[in-house]
Amino acid sequence: MKYAEDESTPIHVLLVEDNPGDARLTKEAFSAAAETMRLHIVADGVEAMAFLRHEGSHVDAPRPDLILLDLNLPKMDGREVLAKVKEDDSLKLIPTVILTTSNSDEDILRSYQLQANCYLSKPVQLEAFDDLVRSINDFWLTKVKLPQQLQTE
Amino acid sequence: MSVVDQVEKSTEVLLVEDNLGDVRLAREAFRDVDSDIHLHLAADGIEAMAFLRQQGAHINAPRPDLIVLDLNLPKMNGREVLAQIKGDENLKMIPTVVLSSSETDADVLISYQLQANCYLRKPAQWDAFLGMVRSINAFWLTNTKLPRKPQS
Repeated sequence: MKYAEDESTPIHVLLVEDNPGDARLTKEAFSAAAETMRLHIVADGVEAMAFLRHEGSHVDAPRPDLILLDLNLPKMDGREVLAKVKEDDSLKLIPTVILTTSNSDEDILRSYQLQANCYLSKPVQLEAFDDLVRSINDFWLTKVKLPQQLQTE
Repeated sequence: MSVVDQVEKSTEVLLVEDNLGDVRLAREAFRDVDSDIHLHLAADGIEAMAFLRQQGAHINAPRPDLIVLDLNLPKMNGREVLAQIKGDENLKMIPTVVLSSSETDADVLISYQLQANCYLRKPAQWDAFLGMVRSINAFWLTNTKLPRKPQS
């Protein structure tokens, strides 16, 4: 269903990241690029699932339009979060982008097997990291047609 | 396949598109950006699946690193192709980008339900279409880590 206020509705992005430095860098890179975006940050996998399922303190959490997911997380790691998101008939529609320092072929293949929407390797250099976040903004939040705004509920 | 082969391997893209004008534009756009991209074409859904399963005339087809899929195709439509790819344990990890002129919101939803990696609306204007193909190239073939199957 289309709503008249669609254009003013912000795009909600959930960033699942335990490293405060990376979370801050991501936030800064996005703030320069997207005025209409709301970035929500959770620091572990358990909290990510609570956010997505509106549980506990996240009872009023918005449904994200895009998830940026680190793989190495405390409590519940990103692979398990990804598996849970993609097994859930409602949540699996949300594009989930892996954003991790891991460069291992095994993590890349496993993530695509679990139906990650894409896999990005976090650069260690500050400037390259900034560029990558901008490219996420430019591609996923500008070019891609996201499913969220179309849902009837 | 050795690791060295994989590093030096060119990028194989399968474009599933029946519109000849779009095919030509896509070919030009990919060639403009990178000569190491091998663009393979399938003009309908049956041919796309034959390519992916290396059947018939496609017995020597390479495994694509990326699939760009139109939805409205003759013989077998793109939704069915997407369902078959994502229902196949061997094929489902190949990133599949839907590029469709469909204006239907239902097509966007069903594509994500079927686990399309992303949905792009094909612009009607040719220069915007070129720009879209360039951004697929820039994002998927430059920034993204694509899966490489360990076995050849």
